[in-house]
Amino acid sequence: MSDTPAAPRPTSVPPLIVTQDNEFWFAGAREGRLLIQRCGDCGTLRHPPGPVCPHCRSFEWDTVESARRGTLHSWTVVHKPQDPGFRYPLVVGLVDLAEGTRLVADFDDLGEGGADRLRIDMPVEVFFGEHPHGETLPRLRLAAEEAGA
Amino acid sequence: MSPTSGFSRQAAIAGIGATEFSKDSGRSEWRLACESVLAALADAQIGVEEVDGFALFTMETNPEIAVARALGIPELTFFSRIPHGGGGACAPVQQAALAVASGVADVVVVYRAFNERSGHRFGQGPPSFAYVHNTDQEYRNWINPYGLLTPAAQEAFLARRYMHKYGATSADFGAVSVLSRKYAASNPKAWFYQRPITIEDHQSSPMIADPMRLLDCCQESDGGQALVIVSAERARDLPHRPALISGAAQGVGPQQISMSSYYRDDIDAMPEVELVAQQLWRQAGLGPQEIDAAILYDAFTPMLLLQLEEYGFCERGEAKDLIASGALEIDGRLPVNTHGGQLGEAYIHGVNGIAEAVRLIRGTSVNQPAKSIDNVLVTGGSPVPHSALVLSADH
Ligand SMILES: [Zn+2]
Repeated sequence: MSDTPAAPRPTSVPPLIVTQDNEFWFAGAREGRLLIQRCGDCGTLRHPPGPVCPHCRSFEWDTVESARRGTLHSWTVVHKPQDPGFRYPLVVGLVDLAEGTRLVADFDDLGEGGADRLRIDMPVEVFFGEHPHGETLPRLRLAAEEAGA
Repeated sequence: MSPTSGFSRQAAIAGIGATEFSKDSGRSEWRLACESVLAALADAQIGVEEVDGFALFTMETNPEIAVARALGIPELTFFSRIPHGGGGACAPVQQAALAVASGVADVVVVYRAFNERSGHRFGQGPPSFAYVHNTDQEYRNWINPYGLLTPAAQEAFLARRYMHKYGATSADFGAVSVLSRKYAASNPKAWFYQRPITIEDHQSSPMIADPMRLLDCCQESDGGQALVIVSAERARDLPHRPALISGAAQGVGPQQISMSSYYRDDIDAMPEVELVAQQLWRQAGLGPQEIDAAILYDAFTPMLLLQLEEYGFCERGEAKDLIASGALEIDGRLPVNTHGGQLGEAYIHGVNGIAEAVRLIRGTSVNQPAKSIDNVLVTGGSPVPHSALVLSADH
């Protein structure tokens, strides 16, 4: 990999809105770490990030690193309209992470059979890849045992 | 009936007016707004200079002051804006009813006017305000970079989960589209006038965001629609039979996110819709069994099934059976979207549906059911913060 950031591709995806509440998550993603915010008082995990725990209203928090494994809660295959930042058909999944939070990310090439291979609750893995503005963000692939099946 | 809410039946929709619904109006959004407001006031036979309030969407690009200035309306004492696009579609009418019932204003006009086909198309990707760096748009961080860029793609997760849970099929969604186009086919104002479709047409229409096909998606339209709200007392002296506002409610549910409340236990349930339903029944002193017809927000067909269930017209998972039974047809238990809906008539962000509910109460819909229509439910969009109305006949 080159140290030079990839030239941005034309896309309608709005630039990330990085704030003091969520910058830890994007910093983790750049390092290939999938972080989940954890309440510093009651320990409840939350995603997407926010400034305060909705359960106990604590502003204290730290993070846990996800093992990047989960199951497929739902998915879609986007055909139209087509944004230049993506390849179509584009498969996007909603994953139940093993830690208990959910995550949206797009699938890597699913290979032969494509999205027809997908089933609700099938095991998936999160890895990291480049996204439309050149950021490093989560992507999805089938868990190893499924990928070989 | 024992209405328990202070504003229930104290205000009425006394006038409705619209431009033609098209794909290219050939004139400005500002002009469409002015034309529709004048048409609604003419329908109510209320003078333009009597307007003293406006209630609009935040997404409305024609501000109340521009329309007041253009039409020579001298004074406004009430002006209010509601967020969340089509989800909030019925909430400006609630604002108007509250203003009129409390005496803050006497004649409040609601309008929605845009060139949503020849200008910016909602189905093509994020709107211009999506590029603003603020908390309102922060939710896009978690969907847009992964390619969920349109409402169809954002709703598809719910639709698939619903299918998985209850055994609904694409053809069950298609039944909504076929019925809407059947109603539109006999509505001369509808874009799809005299153009019905079959379930085969639906099933062979291209996939947009699987499981949603092209014919599961509403139109994109140019046009304007306005409504005039006055006190029930005043409405009784006007030419048309009043459409009393017997219920009007808004709702935000737990862990609500715009278009992407994906982190709730059940993503196919919509607690904000249930919250609105409970308020309506309490305000109006009615239940779903007393609703004679409904206008349900149909940006995408799966949402119509989910709303039938959230409003209690059937049990969860049984909307497909209710539709298959013919209940939503003109001679059924609950005629739905008799104007053709946003699938068939036009997409005026739900406000054209409110006008159809008024026509059903007046008895003047082009698809007027033979039975007596005393109470009509009108809903806003989902899965976003929600709103809805019950309009009632005056007896
Ligand atoms: Zn906590």
